[in-house]
Amino acid sequence: MNDTLLVRILASIALQAAPLMIAVTGETLTERAGVVNLSLDGKMLMAAMTGFVVAYTTGSLILGFLAAALVGALFALIVAFGSITLKHNQVAIGFVLTLLGADLSAFLGQNFTRLPGPSVGKFAVPYLKDLPVLGPIFFNQNAIFYFAILLVAAAWWWLFRTQPGLHLRGAGERPEAAFARGASVTRLRYLYTVLGGALVGVAGASYSLGIKIGWSEGHTAGLGWIALAIVIFGGWSPARGALGAVVFGATKSLATVFQQNVQGVSVVAFNTLPWLLMIGVLLLVSSDWVARVANLLPPRLRGGFLRLVQVTPPRALGVEFGQE
Amino acid sequence: MHIELRDIRKTFGDVRANDGISLAFEPGRIYGLLGENGAGKSTLMKILAGYQPADSGRILLNGQPAHFATPADALRRGVGMVYQDPLDFPPFTVLENYLLGRDRAVNLDFRQAAAELRAILDRYGFAVDMDAAIGSLSLGERQQLELVRLLAGGAQALILDEPTTGISASQKDALFATMRRMAAEEGKSIILVSHKLEEIQELCGHAFVLRKGQLVGETALPCPNRALVEMMFGQVPERTPRPPAAVEQPLLEISGLGVRTQRLTVGDINLSIRRGEVFGLAGLEGSGQALLMKAVAGLLPAASGRIALDGLDITHLDYHQTRAAGVAYVAAGRLEEGLIAGLSLTEHILLAAPRRDQTFFIRWGAARETTSGRIALCEVVGVPDSTAEQLSGGNQQRMLYAMLNEGLRLILLDQPTRGLDVRSADYIWELLYARRREGTAILFYSPDLDEIIERSDRIAVFSGGVMSRIVEAARTTADELGHLIGGQQ
Ligand SMILES: Nc1ncnc2c1ncn2[C@@H]1O[C@H](COP(=O)(O)OP(=O)(O)OP(=O)(O)O)[C@@H](O)[C@H]1O
Ligand SMILES: [Mg+2]
Repeated sequence: MNDTLLVRILASIALQAAPLMIAVTGETLTERAGVVNLSLDGKMLMAAMTGFVVAYTTGSLILGFLAAALVGALFALIVAFGSITLKHNQVAIGFVLTLLGADLSAFLGQNFTRLPGPSVGKFAVPYLKDLPVLGPIFFNQNAIFYFAILLVAAAWWWLFRTQPGLHLRGAGERPEAAFARGASVTRLRYLYTVLGGALVGVAGASYSLGIKIGWSEGHTAGLGWIALAIVIFGGWSPARGALGAVVFGATKSLATVFQQNVQGVSVVAFNTLPWLLMIGVLLLVSSDWVARVANLLPPRLRGGFLRLVQVTPPRALGVEFGQE
Repeated sequence: MHIELRDIRKTFGDVRANDGISLAFEPGRIYGLLGENGAGKSTLMKILAGYQPADSGRILLNGQPAHFATPADALRRGVGMVYQDPLDFPPFTVLENYLLGRDRAVNLDFRQAAAELRAILDRYGFAVDMDAAIGSLSLGERQQLELVRLLAGGAQALILDEPTTGISASQKDALFATMRRMAAEEGKSIILVSHKLEEIQELCGHAFVLRKGQLVGETALPCPNRALVEMMFGQVPERTPRPPAAVEQPLLEISGLGVRTQRLTVGDINLSIRRGEVFGLAGLEGSGQALLMKAVAGLLPAASGRIALDGLDITHLDYHQTRAAGVAYVAAGRLEEGLIAGLSLTEHILLAAPRRDQTFFIRWGAARETTSGRIALCEVVGVPDSTAEQLSGGNQQRMLYAMLNEGLRLILLDQPTRGLDVRSADYIWELLYARRREGTAILFYSPDLDEIIERSDRIAVFSGGVMSRIVEAARTTADELGHLIGGQQ
């Protein structure tokens, strides 16, 4: 029972979703502080390349991940400096860095393409791994998966259950009010932009060292853009973002299954499935339909329902803060 | 705590907001800070509260020089301020908002915070749903929460910048009673910034008056209102009486109107407002007055009933369509709904222009000229290129009127003189009376019963979403309205 096709597919979905979860969590932290870091895709490529090359040449996975985190943090630092200190447009800086990351990673990594290299292995949790169905899906997984799950939980706890997390959200929601409560908005924004960048770096390395091992040009196949979309889909919450990552992974493998079993429809058409789903949900949760549905519910349930499905971006997202 | 301000100066561009102000506050006393719009009251108080640094000058606490880097810094030294527009976090819950910056512990103890908050709320007779989002509360409730937060933070000196806006008469009484108690029993210094002279007289023992960034007078209270007004403006301004209304044919006819939102359901409103009539809506803030006006303006869908303007059914028109039909709506939240921070005054006027006057290419020269004219007419202190958030609170309010177009049939006003000094409030009404002479009907809500009685022809009272019978302004008193607000017919 623990080795059926379905269980194997589910386990693979969970693993595939892990780098996405890490990247989404990183960007969520950044955006909650009020900074949009659009360089995500470029950062991920750079980090995937750096992580693999460093691990390949030094033989150390740890060094590979560290180097990737550093590259991600560095890219993020450029965005932070440009947008917070120099007050340039966040979107423009991030976008240019994405383009840079794509080409720079292709150039720097050209001598390392399609090489076999080190990779992160499986780690079975004693006892739990023998649970029926759940065991192989959740507890006999790649170490990257455990890291992603712990990270999502930690980020959620940090954001919604701690005082520093409250400061972080305040800075992205209404910086002048956060300032009045004693938060140093500029420092917070730097901190979480760089931290978010480092996490995206780790996500990139997770991909090249754990999922699709090795390096080739455009290795992460647009995963960074997907992460950006999932941040919104997840309503800027790590838990919902993780769910989004899993749903995305699931529709992707569903598409693969369809491709193999349904005749007469172009194979490429199925690849659009995850996107259609995502657009549909985004359109629904950000429209006033949600409020209309809520008004049909008994008053007691309305608040909870709205909190559950409505997504509102941090109000000061992309808005610069300057104190008199 | 003894507080002394010495020679405080602060300029914004060419504006000398504070021009060498020196004054002192003793512990255990309540002070009033008065002055016309733009006199520099908020600027001075923000300096004292650590929100912005002075260009020069000193703050002494108990004789010791103090430097506040942030408001949190000031609160740790015992100085707390409730800002004119509450500085809180609309999407947060009441509890989260209360906890932000409360202490330095990493873990949030929601349960303890809830108990603490509930205790303070009870002590001051405030009732706020703790699971509600801040954004769904009224301005008054948000101000209360700010006050409560400061008290919990250990403020010894409390600055309240126009705090009584939007809270009910009974809440105000409770607030004043506690403020007195805090001064007398706990030795707190309290500074009340307000334009309502009656309040200042009732509560404060001493008043400071600012004009154009300078301290122009101080006096022990109570004293004749005339004396205060003279200090504020340099002369005693005339009060424009309400011109009598001619009995005209009905303009706005509302029958069986119901409006529903998440917080409140308003049911079965029947109302007929005549051309050129000033109709006042009284009641606590958030009792349905704003919903009624928003439904008429097309900002909220009507759940039932019919709204007709001059015989035309406007029930299901949206905001832009009602605007085209000659309805104007002026919101209470200045920077939230009415004005756009970061846009210049000229850009505001351009955006507010009726569609037929809008051209694809903007003629900036002409637009600036129009803007100069409009802001001169409404006495907005600013230039066409100022941005909305640079204006003082009162000037933001006037700007909303400068944006009203010609030839309107109905003006809906939510708290038309919120935050205006007496002279500006009077001036706004003079402008509105001029509209009324052209046949424009005016429907407004004000939390100030005296203003309602003085300015309206007829009045309806709202209480918990229910509209009372309609009373003639000339034949009613604030007491009677107070009873109706309490739900007694
Ligand atoms: N951030 C700012 N930038 C530019 N000008 C400002 C700024 N803050 C205040 N001012 C100007 O300083 C002057 C004093 O403003 P302040 O807000 O202190 O007035 P106020 O006495 O509180 O008036 P009100 O009764 O209308 O609230 C005004 O002319 C205002 O336009
Ligand atoms: Mg002010």
